[in-house]
Amino acid sequence: MAEQAARNASPGAVLIEAEGVAVAFDGRPVLTGVALSVRSHEIVSLIGPNGAGKTTLLRVMLGLLRPDRGEVRRRRGLRIGYMPQKLALDRTLPLSVARFLRLTRTPRGEPGEAAIRAALGEVGAAHIFGLPMQALSGGETQRALLARALLGEPELLVLDEPVQGVDVTGRAQLFELIASIARQRGCGVMLVSHDLHFVMAATDRVVCLNHHVCCTGHPEQVSRDPAFLGLFGEAARPALAVYTHHHDHVHSDDGGVLPIEGETGHSHHGHDHGHGHDGHDHHHHHRHG
Amino acid sequence: MITATATTAMTTTITIAMDDFLIRALLGGIGVAVVAGPLGTFIVWRRMAYFGDTLAHSALLGVAFGVLADLDLNLAVAVVCITVALGLSVLQNRTSLATDTLLGILSHGALALGLVALVFLEFQRVDLGGYLFGDILAIDRRDLIWIYGGGALVAAAMLALWRPLLSITVHEDLARIEGVAVDRIRLIHMLLIAIVIAVAMKIVGIILITSLLIVPAATARRLARSPEQMALLAALAGVAAVLIGLGSSLRWDLPSGPAVVVAAVALFALGLLVPDRLAVTSKAETRP
Repeated sequence: MAEQAARNASPGAVLIEAEGVAVAFDGRPVLTGVALSVRSHEIVSLIGPNGAGKTTLLRVMLGLLRPDRGEVRRRRGLRIGYMPQKLALDRTLPLSVARFLRLTRTPRGEPGEAAIRAALGEVGAAHIFGLPMQALSGGETQRALLARALLGEPELLVLDEPVQGVDVTGRAQLFELIASIARQRGCGVMLVSHDLHFVMAATDRVVCLNHHVCCTGHPEQVSRDPAFLGLFGEAARPALAVYTHHHDHVHSDDGGVLPIEGETGHSHHGHDHGHGHDGHDHHHHHRHG
Repeated sequence: MITATATTAMTTTITIAMDDFLIRALLGGIGVAVVAGPLGTFIVWRRMAYFGDTLAHSALLGVAFGVLADLDLNLAVAVVCITVALGLSVLQNRTSLATDTLLGILSHGALALGLVALVFLEFQRVDLGGYLFGDILAIDRRDLIWIYGGGALVAAAMLALWRPLLSITVHEDLARIEGVAVDRIRLIHMLLIAIVIAVAMKIVGIILITSLLIVPAATARRLARSPEQMALLAALAGVAAVLIGLGSSLRWDLPSGPAVVVAAVALFALGLLVPDRLAVTSKAETRP
């Protein structure tokens, strides 16, 4: 992974950039004048209510949808790893996880068994190698999708609702995993979430979207922004803080973040939540840790 | 059973002639089943059964068109099926109607138009029953050339495009981002279905054609561990259905097309006795 980090663009280089993007469906504007950029080594979370145009913006950025106005610029030869919102496989398709992963391409062609096992290991799901895709739990499906995105050695990871279908405990773990992989590999991340309560603590920048960009900045900053509060209400604020706080507890010393086995909800962290809600500083110390 | 009564010179001649058309029927049936099985697996995985029906129904319009224009009927049917497939693809992009609504319009529109057109051709000898329900024993040399020519084309395309086809079946956007020309592959898949339907019409008829694509694929599901295995098993199940159906058609003097389909469905029912691997696995693999 270190080699790849070295190969990837230096921190701060713009990987992808949208400017003045406007999209309308049946004459109804979904996006107007949206600008968004993701830099190397940066994790950008796109949040907003349902129907705010998050997935539309993502599709424009990915080149799956041509905007009515505006443009998207990508760094030359940018390798994108995409994790779709869900996989609607027909139950009659006999597809093992290994075969599913073999459908993608690495920069050196079809991935071999070693590469597939390594990718599954990296996402903490080595045991699903031979299982049928349809037999996976929600969290395992997301990990298989993440492994597929990683096999292409992406410089930019684009994740659409990466914790969908994952139970509450698993969500924080999955966010942790994504953040740690992104840091180790040195790739940029753009992720979409409609669920405010799970905007990941490791996010560098939150972009709050409601047809246009309402506000943007560090999670902490955004959570106090009047535009953000206007959109989501006061109730949204503690949620951000809780997950920021929670992050400290699962981050190990060496920076490696692995599944927290046996973690059952937040009950044993309960006493910490009190200051998690109004804490400000804790957000920063893990960012530099 | 036929040769047992062949005592006179005349019946011997008839026997030879029968053997000839029997061989052609077998060759034709097997040729179609071998490509219909693997192609059918994609129809099942991509939930396109109704699309197959629509093309099959428009085949009758192809027959009318062929008789009117004095074209080879296989060619005429292929042309009309391909036109309908392309038409659907255009309509999907131009209208807001759901695909199954469009398919309903095209399917029944083409079938009704075909039936109406055939009335005007009453002076011609058009064996409507043969087209609707198939007449495998009437397969001639030219049909065989169509079946094997079309079949080889479809098989070659499937082999060449197997990976991108599987990739768009799993997830179209993911495939597109990974560089697969999704629209082109989708269109080619539709054209392949149109070709198979055009050449398979003689075997089981317009009404039952989709079953030859779908039933063997469904039968193969429980036995297969990989997409490739399922395609191969579907081809085998199709061939078995043709052999059993044709055999019972001769033995009990049954209409050949329906007999093949009944055999395919019987094989599917038999396959239900095999435990569903996926159901077993998912139960065993369920973790907290």
